[in-house]
Amino acid sequence: MRFILPLGIFVLIVGLLGFGLTLDPKKIPSPLIDKSAPDFSLRNLYAPEEKLSKKDLLGQVWVLNVWASWCVSCRAEHAIITDLANRNLVDIFGLNYKDQPQDARRWLQQFGNPYSASLMDIDGRVGIDWGVYGVPETFVIGRDGQIKYKHIGPVTQESLEHEVIPAIKELLG
Amino acid sequence: MSVKRTLVKQARLFAILALLIFSAVSQAAVEAYQFESPKMEAEYNQLIGELRCLVCQNQNLSGSNADLAKDLRRKTHELLMDGNTPDQVSDYMVARYGDFVLYRPPLQTNTLLLWLGPFALLLLVVVVVFMKMRQKQVLVAPEQDAMAKAKQYLSEPKRK
Repeated sequence: MRFILPLGIFVLIVGLLGFGLTLDPKKIPSPLIDKSAPDFSLRNLYAPEEKLSKKDLLGQVWVLNVWASWCVSCRAEHAIITDLANRNLVDIFGLNYKDQPQDARRWLQQFGNPYSASLMDIDGRVGIDWGVYGVPETFVIGRDGQIKYKHIGPVTQESLEHEVIPAIKELLG
Repeated sequence: MSVKRTLVKQARLFAILALLIFSAVSQAAVEAYQFESPKMEAEYNQLIGELRCLVCQNQNLSGSNADLAKDLRRKTHELLMDGNTPDQVSDYMVARYGDFVLYRPPLQTNTLLLWLGPFALLLLVVVVVFMKMRQKQVLVAPEQDAMAKAKQYLSEPKRK
């Protein structure tokens, strides 16, 4: 009888700690979901004289993939992004985050270019506006310019099929 | 005795090393920013002390050497120089990175347990201790009775 209280507390603590182990502390819910995508105006990697802004993309469903040539897991993700591009569902724009243009162009030459255009965010300011903290990151944006989905870290084949593509299809209607 | 002395020496050396190591960690913010006023500089230092570096998670902006921390320090400086108040800077960060970016979480429904939990726990402990003490008093009472009786016996004149 006198063991019931300590035992109860023990079980409660073990339960809570056990639950804590199942959570991923790296997963931080983005406050940007269902909010208007942050404004930007950035130069095109392959046509630096040309600027692309959020306004130019209103009215279409599009994907923003944050990548960099220095980012190792972007390399792992590249095949998946290429797969998505080959399905011709939507345009994928790259946000070339804190990269050197010549490095970025060499990277695309080496691995292939799945992007409709890559936008250069050399000093990372647009990245901060989009709440980017772990490259690669992938956003799905609707016709109204609202962010519908965000994936932090490399998109896997599984998350592509079960999360990214369903989010795109829902927006395409 | 000499063993004791070397132990003390070793402990002192260890303490100095530990201090050196940790002083290096907490002094990662090295950029020399210009501020309009000492007040603004104090606000800046307060902010980078309370904002979390998201890639390193268990460091604040002032303690981290990560690239993102540098960028966020620059952004903090820019926002302050543009005339934003510290609260507006915090709001800017929260709008992009979520409440997680704050080391001092706001009081709202999903943080209620975090804020009130320790006080609830304290209350629980106080109640438990109080109840235990009353229980003990009940147990002690007859003993006090016995003491009084013993005293009475002792004060009685010895019978022959």
